[in-house]
Amino acid sequence: MQKTLEEIKDTTWWELVKRLNENPDEYYVGHDKLALKGTYYELQERIALRNIGIIDPDSIDEYIATDGYFALQKSLQMKPEEVIDIVKDSGLRGRGGAGFSTGRKWQSAAVHQVDQKYVICNADEGDPGAYMDRSILEGDPHSVLEGMAICGYAVGANKGYIYVRAEYPKAVSALINAIDQAQKLGVLGENILDSGFDFNIELRLGAGAFVCGESTALMESIEGKRGMPRNKEFRTTERGLWGYPTVINNVETLANIPPIMNKGAEWFSGIGTSLSTGTKVFALVGKVNHPGLVEVPMGMSIYDIVYKIGGGIPEGKKAKAVQTGGPSGGCIPSKMWDTRVDFESLEEVGSIMGSGGMVVMDEDDCMVDIAKFFLEFSVDESCGKCTPCRIGNKRLLELLEKFTQGEAEFSDINKLSNLSNVICATSLCGLGQSSPNPVLSTLNYFYDEYKEHAEDKHCRSAVCKQLLRYEVNENCVGCTRCLQHCPVDCITGAIRERHYIDIEKCIRCGECFKNCPVDAITVS
Amino acid sequence: MRVTINEKDIHVEEGTTILEAAKLLDISIPTLCHLDLHDIKYLNKQASCRVCVVDVKGQQNLLPACATPCKEGMVISTDSFRAIQARRTIVELLLSDHPNSCLTCAMNLDCELQKLARDLGIRKIHYMGETHDEPIDDNSYSIIRDPNKCILCKRCETMCTEIQTVGALTDIGRGFFTTVGPAFHRPMNETTCTFCGQCLAVCPTGALTEVNNIKKVWRAINAGKYVVVQTAPAVRVALGEEFGLEPGTPVTGKMVTALRRMGFRQVFDTDFAADLTIMEEATEFVNRVKHDGKLPILTSCCPSWVNFIEQQFPDMLDIPSTCKSPHEMFGALTKSYLCEKMGLDQEQVVVVSIMPCVAKKYESHRKELQGVEGHRDVDFVITTRELAIMIKETGINFLDLPNSDFDNPMGESTGAGVIFGASGGVIEATLRTAYHMITDSELPDTLIEFHSLRGLDGIKTASVDIEGRNFNIAVAHGLGNARKLLEGIRDGTFDVDAIEIMACPGGCIGGAGQPYHHGDMEILEKRAQGIYSEDRGKERRRSHQNVHVQKLYKEFLGTPGSKKAHDLLHTHYTPRPRL
Repeated sequence: MQKTLEEIKDTTWWELVKRLNENPDEYYVGHDKLALKGTYYELQERIALRNIGIIDPDSIDEYIATDGYFALQKSLQMKPEEVIDIVKDSGLRGRGGAGFSTGRKWQSAAVHQVDQKYVICNADEGDPGAYMDRSILEGDPHSVLEGMAICGYAVGANKGYIYVRAEYPKAVSALINAIDQAQKLGVLGENILDSGFDFNIELRLGAGAFVCGESTALMESIEGKRGMPRNKEFRTTERGLWGYPTVINNVETLANIPPIMNKGAEWFSGIGTSLSTGTKVFALVGKVNHPGLVEVPMGMSIYDIVYKIGGGIPEGKKAKAVQTGGPSGGCIPSKMWDTRVDFESLEEVGSIMGSGGMVVMDEDDCMVDIAKFFLEFSVDESCGKCTPCRIGNKRLLELLEKFTQGEAEFSDINKLSNLSNVICATSLCGLGQSSPNPVLSTLNYFYDEYKEHAEDKHCRSAVCKQLLRYEVNENCVGCTRCLQHCPVDCITGAIRERHYIDIEKCIRCGECFKNCPVDAITVS
Repeated sequence: MRVTINEKDIHVEEGTTILEAAKLLDISIPTLCHLDLHDIKYLNKQASCRVCVVDVKGQQNLLPACATPCKEGMVISTDSFRAIQARRTIVELLLSDHPNSCLTCAMNLDCELQKLARDLGIRKIHYMGETHDEPIDDNSYSIIRDPNKCILCKRCETMCTEIQTVGALTDIGRGFFTTVGPAFHRPMNETTCTFCGQCLAVCPTGALTEVNNIKKVWRAINAGKYVVVQTAPAVRVALGEEFGLEPGTPVTGKMVTALRRMGFRQVFDTDFAADLTIMEEATEFVNRVKHDGKLPILTSCCPSWVNFIEQQFPDMLDIPSTCKSPHEMFGALTKSYLCEKMGLDQEQVVVVSIMPCVAKKYESHRKELQGVEGHRDVDFVITTRELAIMIKETGINFLDLPNSDFDNPMGESTGAGVIFGASGGVIEATLRTAYHMITDSELPDTLIEFHSLRGLDGIKTASVDIEGRNFNIAVAHGLGNARKLLEGIRDGTFDVDAIEIMACPGGCIGGAGQPYHHGDMEILEKRAQGIYSEDRGKERRRSHQNVHVQKLYKEFLGTPGSKKAHDLLHTHYTPRPRL
């Protein structure tokens, strides 16, 4: 190696400072800290996202300037067990959704004495509206590579795979470039930093199946098979990729590793709550004034995230619920927004942390429709292997459609929960086991809305079109404009006489309502 | 380790599944996708249907008994309310996307889904909705694929890919619209499918069934055609199962009587043609040996196997014997020799083969087997199962039928012809006659049985000394084993002189046209025992001792391997490499 990490840091740090100082409104430049400016950022605590928007992702030197690869250097001077101890003591838990202790996962792979082990980075981010991993891969690819190399050293693996969606072309090219740079610099490849440790990383592109984010399906896909989950007879850390011990970590988990190694377990476990340490990145989207990626210490309340960072609900509307954990998560009603966002508290209220989706809903959202939206996603993405997920979810969706189309009966509410429970209890993989969660949690917190849909054929948010009734009221002046715009000719009436809508024929397109000059159309 | 199932304790070895442990305790857990054919190393352990889910103490979710290994101290309940309810719901879900055409389905009363629905007392399907509506593939001569009846158990795929190494079937699509079928929804006859039919032998529903030729046969009989029928060796030891008899019980005499009552004009035995095949094949083998010809020689009785070598090993087509399969030889002779001898009009003669096999249906349509004046050697092939249906349809009380003998001149057979039905039989019969041809003496009765070439081992080998020369013999059944043998021959690691290959496990007795074994491999062994006891009961056990075969050569063919014999009884192979 031509230059040491310290030498590169020395020169590049000042170049980076100089570049950032050109935009003093955007960046805060301290003597050892660089950050993004603005209240949106200042209320956050950025660890996984520490470099995003600050360093140039194409420059390994800038990554090194912000202490990049120092954690790897430090780890290589320790015993592998010591590295695992630090990760364990930090309390870091998997950010992919399940929240298993990262250190314990590493340890259970490390104990196996075999010649081949693997480290896989799960970058098959697929939850609708979630883009935490993508921004890390695109904005700070080296942090993932460094995390993987540290993991490889700790568990005794020399080979790593990054399974990344092909729909993330920018992330893919950033990773290819980063791997190339890291190899050239000797922080990846053979004899890393003269330690005798070898570690190589290859990319595998996912072909667009959500289920390939499930660890066993992901491994099947890397092995060149159809991406379908395996029945869990063995832990992945015991028999994983091609039957060898394998550690699969999510992008955000791996991005947390270098700072933990640099700053120590105590620093990390001091952030967050006692059982959920550190921070979590959320994709805050939906009915919120400042949507975006937020990284906050575990244990912050939903209210604080939505109102303090997200700036509250637009147009002064009333908040209704927040869906955490993506399509496998649950809806938490606004009256429970003092709930703290950590693994335990979310589970207590019937939701999950998941990979960090956070969709805010207001009074205009129909909760039956929301459940339907998430379930539609799961039905589309089911791999088709097991019966409850393949047929059960489809039937569950068809039941929900009965509600939104005004065809449900009261007894269908029971059917919804019975079928959901069977799907949860019997599906083969996590996707199926959690897919009815949006239905179960909305049934739990918004039972009345289901009841109204079934009994009164009423959607209080006026989202379910089939339940709407368009009527002409006494304001009608008989201008015939509605009649002219109706695409299905269901409006009758002579000029200057009150018109009439045939509700049987009406398709609830809303054209009459939009075109009426005198507010003579009532929607109920 | 110790586990408790339904409050009963049991000690099991590590790796035992909950399903296996429950079996030891005589506790039955319903299964659907699971299938373990241990003897042929077939294991379909998808854990995908979820019918076998059980309650395990301390587990939030129900676990599939078929794929969950027991752990020390596990407390399992197979009959908890939750487990039974979940099972019922899952079967209801399967039925909600399954055609309601049980009464007219080919698998009626053989269907495992139907049985499950009955056993669980399903009377109403609570969740109905959209169903599959996909085209049925009936383009091939052998197999019909109805994706609407597929329950995604993947038994067929495991058979096709892992055991047969053909790989014609796989999952297509995803979610609700997933089906199992050939890539790009191609029809089966445009794939690498060899029509062995083992997929349909393990299909629990009517998603894969054989092409039914019953109607065509009745039509020929009723049209007053001179319908000649022949029955393969493996049929007689399996047909009885359809009438409640113990597997392996020979019902040859009753079968012949039944066929005559059904209106077949001549009831012959494919075993006769098997003896003839041996005469031709042993001659070819001895010629190759004497004139330093290509060795090893490969038997060519199995059409699925011929398909396999044409598609997958097109560079090795000089190895198989050029002999047609016995029933095709029979067909060719019926339309030449028999017509001549009995003064029949060839146009009026229809040859029907009753076979344990679905590939024979395809075989009868091979261009290479169109005989004299473009007539097919064999007109229709029906399976053992189809014959049973025809017998039942006619109202014949099969079990009370008297025995009768096959017609002559093509009804006589030796023990060598009979053992064609079991894996290893063809090569054993060849050896009995080849010995005679090389040494001009008879293999002593005590040495006539080659036990190392029998049984269900995938690849069986033997060394035979004939006049100081050592011959290495190998037998494979199942196309995966055949592939291993062929690859070994190609790269020189296998040094053999003669090989028998059959596509189906156990040989023809395990053919896809036989009564369903429903996972019980003991049935195959019993059928093999039936075959071998027939052999032992025969006065003549060597093909060259068949008096009518000798007469046939004298009257018509000349000598084995003559020009006429070649024209009528031999064929050629065509490379058909496929993706």
